[in-house]
Amino acid sequence: MTIARPAARPRHRRRAVILLVGIAATAAAILGVAAPATAAEDDPFRISGNVQLNGTPLEGVLITVDGPGGMQEVETDASGQWKVGVPEKNADYTVTLDESTLPDGIAVIDETGEDPTPNVRDVTVGPGGRVTANFFIGAGERNTVSFIDQLVERLVNGLNFGLMLALAAIGLSLVYGTTGISNFAHAELVTFGALIAYLFSVVVGWPLWIAIPLTVAFSAAFGYVQDLGLWRPLRRRGLGVVQLMIVSIGLSLALRYIFQTFVGGGTYQLPGSAAEEFTLFGAVSVSLVDLLSMGLSIVVILAFGWWLLKTRIGKATRAVSDNPSLAAASGIDVDAVVRVVWIVAAALAGLSGVLWAYFRPGIKWDMGSSILLLIFAAVTLGGLGTAFGALVGSLIVGVLVETSSLWIPSDLKYVGALVVLIVILLFRPQGLLGRRERIG
Amino acid sequence: MNIVQILSNTASQILNPTTIGFALAAIGLSIHFGFTGLLNMGVAGFMAIGAYGFAISILTFGLPWWVAVLIGLAASAVFALVLGVPTLRLRGDYLAIVTIAAAEVVRLLFLSTAFKDVTGSADGLSGFHNGFRDSNPLPEGKFGFGPWVYTSDTWWVIIIGVVLTAVAALFTWSLMRSPWGRVIKGIREDEDAVRALGKNVFSFKMQALVIGGVITAMGGIITAMGTNVNPNVYVTSQTFFIWTALLLGGAATIFGPILGAVLFWVVRAFLSNLLPALVSIGWLPFLSREQSQMLVFILVGVALMLLVIFRPQGILGNKKELTFVK
Repeated sequence: MTIARPAARPRHRRRAVILLVGIAATAAAILGVAAPATAAEDDPFRISGNVQLNGTPLEGVLITVDGPGGMQEVETDASGQWKVGVPEKNADYTVTLDESTLPDGIAVIDETGEDPTPNVRDVTVGPGGRVTANFFIGAGERNTVSFIDQLVERLVNGLNFGLMLALAAIGLSLVYGTTGISNFAHAELVTFGALIAYLFSVVVGWPLWIAIPLTVAFSAAFGYVQDLGLWRPLRRRGLGVVQLMIVSIGLSLALRYIFQTFVGGGTYQLPGSAAEEFTLFGAVSVSLVDLLSMGLSIVVILAFGWWLLKTRIGKATRAVSDNPSLAAASGIDVDAVVRVVWIVAAALAGLSGVLWAYFRPGIKWDMGSSILLLIFAAVTLGGLGTAFGALVGSLIVGVLVETSSLWIPSDLKYVGALVVLIVILLFRPQGLLGRRERIG
Repeated sequence: MNIVQILSNTASQILNPTTIGFALAAIGLSIHFGFTGLLNMGVAGFMAIGAYGFAISILTFGLPWWVAVLIGLAASAVFALVLGVPTLRLRGDYLAIVTIAAAEVVRLLFLSTAFKDVTGSADGLSGFHNGFRDSNPLPEGKFGFGPWVYTSDTWWVIIIGVVLTAVAALFTWSLMRSPWGRVIKGIREDEDAVRALGKNVFSFKMQALVIGGVITAMGGIITAMGTNVNPNVYVTSQTFFIWTALLLGGAATIFGPILGAVLFWVVRAFLSNLLPALVSIGWLPFLSREQSQMLVFILVGVALMLLVIFRPQGILGNKKELTFVK
């Protein structure tokens, strides 16, 4: 049975494609949300779906399922869901959405550009006995955000995310440059910052303008203690970089579970994380927290750049990063520089932890390790050991992660950044700002 | 506190399919890291590819279980080739970062709801054991002795797993005393020297990556045969645990990975049985039962640090054959 489609559809409709969410349908099936009337409810296998337009469920849309066991018709319920029972698995069924039952001006979108009848879909009930059949539903410019507006919004978000990543990545890159450690425990410095901010702002109840500077100070102290208690003795012992890397992995595991011992598996919010969003320009809406977060990142990064380029200790840091033996021979106290680098790196990571807690949003024991690989990707992309490379890499990774979900499913958005990391090593292994001799 | 029960639970870990899978994965990693010096941080990815290749071949394509095993192994070989091409020419720490990233990519792809019909998303895959269990020649029922009482199906997995582990160890042993193995160890010690002798270092490294990867994937398949396939198993922590097991036993040894894997699981099972028991009788007053489970993982992390600092050659290793050359 094929149902006639509306003759004239607006050309620009493809711009407003909204992916129907299959998760919702499945979740609803699991949770046992009121089932719509079905012709064969007692059949063992299921075909189900969810008809929504931009998040609003569409009720009373007619769905026809044809295949082994005969033809069945079903209408979507108040939450936009439908399901039918079918008698066979490992069988093909044809699912048809009757477009005349959709609200005016709305139709099923042809996502591929090749299918003349996008409202008719063939699905296979697999060995699991369940399959989801969803359609792309879209309309004209009504009800939806245009592609350009979405892109601009994602770019702003990506910039925010990238600046936050940069705070963490710069520290990781500095530590790598001066000591050669690929520090896997850097993620725990990020989590540490968020937890300290939570301790002072929520548990103790002090305002944020006191809590955040305290967080940075505690993070810096944490970095200093780590260097004093662990990394400096190991340097004295003469451990190789591979050994140091594995030590940092052990430290990362231990710290992560120490955090979990204290805070458990829950998610906690910092004050103001539910701030209201307002329209900045066009379709871009941000919250005050987002703006403050971006502003703070930019100020801190500029201050850091000035420190690295203009001050004596900054110049010494770059010298050690370039060639530790030569720096030591020209009278630079390498140990002192490395100590400062650990303090600065930990302080920056702690601050980025606070911003990450607002961006996610929420504080969790493994929040740092969930972005560790993105930080590594940013550092490698920019060039291992170069501070400004880490900044550039972070911005690229941040924007890439946020904009990529326009094209790929949002639960795969980190994959894009990691694939770019692998691909860039094929063509420019030293990174964007790195020098060739670094990679031996 | 029932000390007999705790010891029995601990002892039963020795033959657990998960332990055997760990031992196989550690043997694969010993070829990568112990003998060739490749910093493979994507062990979990290789295991995931093996396990999912096996399960998907059965569930989606309806193939017999032994063909599914071969497909899982072939998929991991392809994965090793894809990883090796961009990274084997680079310095070691780049390989570490790329392999850990690739393993995460693999896990996220299996976790994504986009391919739920094939991969089962966060629920993972189950119900692929039938063909494999039909081939079980053992009688039905539960049997064994002492703490090692398992069902007939579990015994079948254990027998296959132990045989495969023995074959993998024997294979590694004969490989490493062959001319090929000497080149491999030469690459670990001094890549440039081997290159100067006219060997194609890239090609040898690639072969080692593929062979080790296939053995690691076998570990993933044995684990999957024993339980189900779930994406939350193949996280980076899994990789780090296998590294801990390998370094514990001795990275550049034949029996080190097996000993390390067994010790890792025995100690872990002992602690996660003992600590909650100590909490209930009030010997650990500051911890709840859940927190005492966290303590196990904290101790794993600390143990890994102490091992690498104070005994990097592991229990069975020889200090002369230390693999941390660079």
